[in-house]
Amino acid sequence: MSEKSQRLEIVTPQKKVFSEDVKFLVAPGTDGELGILPEHAPLITSLNIGVLRIQQDRDFIKVVVSGGFMEVRNSKVTVLATSAERVEDIDVARAERAKQRAEERLAEKASGLDMLRAEMALKRAIIRLRAVNDK
Amino acid sequence: MANLRDIRRRIKSTKNMQQITKAMKAVAAAKMRKAQEAVTLARPYSKRIKSVLGRVAVVSGGVNNPLLEVREPKKVAYIVISADRGLCGGFNSNIIKLATQELKATSAEISLITVGRKAHDFFVRRGGSNIAKQYVGLGDNIMYGTVRDIASFVIDKYANQEYDVVYLIYSQFVNVMVQKPLVIKLLPAEPPAAAGGADESKKIAYIFEPSPEAVLAELLPKYIENAIYQGLLETKAGFYSAQMTSMENATKSASDMIDKLTMFMNRARQAQITTEISEIVGGVAALE
Repeated sequence: MSEKSQRLEIVTPQKKVFSEDVKFLVAPGTDGELGILPEHAPLITSLNIGVLRIQQDRDFIKVVVSGGFMEVRNSKVTVLATSAERVEDIDVARAERAKQRAEERLAEKASGLDMLRAEMALKRAIIRLRAVNDK
Repeated sequence: MANLRDIRRRIKSTKNMQQITKAMKAVAAAKMRKAQEAVTLARPYSKRIKSVLGRVAVVSGGVNNPLLEVREPKKVAYIVISADRGLCGGFNSNIIKLATQELKATSAEISLITVGRKAHDFFVRRGGSNIAKQYVGLGDNIMYGTVRDIASFVIDKYANQEYDVVYLIYSQFVNVMVQKPLVIKLLPAEPPAAAGGADESKKIAYIFEPSPEAVLAELLPKYIENAIYQGLLETKAGFYSAQMTSMENATKSASDMIDKLTMFMNRARQAQITTEISEIVGGVAALE
């Protein structure tokens, strides 16, 4: 692996979640996953709800992001996510509850907007739980 | 001169009041620190989203997006953010004053979206038929869901051409002593100029994934959400600092009042003693 590194910053409206040098990362783009190595060409992409994998030394750090953007420029990667949390910080019980709530709401078949919201909530919860269980 | 007992009673009640204002000041100070921290933590995101949007807008110059479309302002919407509670000096009335000025200045059809009880109550008292939506009792923790709600409401209305311009009125948190009511134009979105000048960013050939249109279409609502979120946070921080200052002033006035009343009380007591002595002396003189 090359000695070069790139700066990765993950920020959410609430706070800066991550700001460190990394070697490699895989981001959940809307059109599929993207791997970013240092000195990548300038890129702007929107992100899906999914797991962002970051490699610093050998192991991958996992961060669950739900929607947002990634900008790559001059070996500097900025992720603007609506929410982002490290897998270690995920509250499993809360995610389970959210999943259950979303499923209940989907079963009730509420009006259009609520359905969409419930679907998103369900997706977020499932991805969170999956990320925790994969570890 | 007032009765001694009355003065004592007043001193006691003023002291009680002072205790309350002191406690409120302490609470406001603690909450202000938290709110201020939230504003600071939120800054990196809003700075970055602004610069990314600026660069995207320059690069994708020709891309059409309904949120960028400029129309003649026939129907104008104002989002007015105030606090839920009072006891904060002129904080809420400054926001409302600015809002009324703005409303008076336009001849367009006006809709209001009020956030916070004070603004809502004010506009309801003034007729209030044009309040399109209201949010009260947001509490100390601002939920991003509420922000998304407000943003999607105005974005939908704007895209459906029900609003031609949307303004946001809130109180900017400059520092603990200064809060400045502010009007900003939310829609049509005006992408900020990219940092470092437009020329530099023009040179960067970005790869857009999936496409410039799609990225812009996602980025703009996020940008608007963030502007509203920022407005809410700053108003909250400003409210607590205004409350803290006004409660501090109230505590100080209470001390002044207590000092003055104590002086009156001593004077009254002295006068009473003097009268008593002269009565006794007079009584003795009469006996001799």
